Amino acid sequence: MNAQGPPFRPLYGTYAALIVLLAMTASATALPAGWWSTPLGLAVAVAKASLIFVFFMRLRSQVPLVRIFALVGFFFLAVMLILTLADYFTRLLPV
Amino acid sequence: MNGPSTPSLPAAYGDFRQRDLANHLGMWAFIATEVLFFGGLFLAYVVYRITYPAAFAAGSHTLDFWRGTINTAVLLTSSLTMALGDAYIKRGNRTALRNCVIATASLGVLFLAIKASEYHEMYAKHLVPGLPFDPQAPSPLQLFVFLYFAMTGLHAVHMLIGLGLMAWLLRQNRRGRLTAAHHAPVEMFGLYWHFVDCVWVFLYPLLYLIPQR
Repeated sequence: MNAQGPPFRPLYGTYAALIVLLAMTASATALPAGWWSTPLGLAVAVAKASLIFVFFMRLRSQVPLVRIFALVGFFFLAVMLILTLADYFTRLLPV
Repeated sequence: MNGPSTPSLPAAYGDFRQRDLANHLGMWAFIATEVLFFGGLFLAYVVYRITYPAAFAAGSHTLDFWRGTINTAVLLTSSLTMALGDAYIKRGNRTALRNCVIATASLGVLFLAIKASEYHEMYAKHLVPGLPFDPQAPSPLQLFVFLYFAMTGLHAVHMLIGLGLMAWLLRQNRRGRLTAAHHAPVEMFGLYWHFVDCVWVFLYPLLYLIPQR
């Protein structure tokens, strides 16, 4: 069985990018903290997760229906976060 | 792809492509439910971090930055070895698959060992909610620590399930049941393992990297 499997090179490239991103977030903690610290950490996390989804989980070579399935959980998570926070910010938290 | 090891096509499908699509669709539907399963804890985290920012910064400071960072690297590496295993079995290389799964499982065990050492340190510092708690600590700190244990604990349970599934994969592989044509169990398990990795990618900055003001 000599079936042609997916290439190895993008996997190593993805891993290198993930480690660079990890080094970025980890070393950013040495900088003085600011309002941007958490958004930066989350932005890097989103970048890392996207790399994992696209290359390790092979969404790159998937049909649109599977890609929609992959994103729909995050869509409903966003609905849950936004509606709950809308409530907390407008009624429950001291402003 | 007509070899002696080609599995027969279940009657539900017109061709192998359709079967593979159904596999992926089903697995991604499961992952969507997992996103919302963890999502409830993330929502609780967001609400309480906005409510008690100082206690969360203090709580994050009680965690060991280096063990969190090393664990992130360990999990990312285990995702690479799993993705390589998937690429190898699609070429029919069962020996390489076995080595990759063993490497992935070993890194998973290393992650859990580091996690266990962190849990033990929290116990020694009286920072486990429900047990006698450090009286010096501000009370909302317990909320952070509770979320820390709930989130990393649920994540660790997923890792343990992953280790069990990898033991099963190794057994299937030893019996010659995984081939280039029948790689679906490896590929579907890979999706699960990468997803669990993604959860940790978000836990790491949220738990370990809260800046001190």
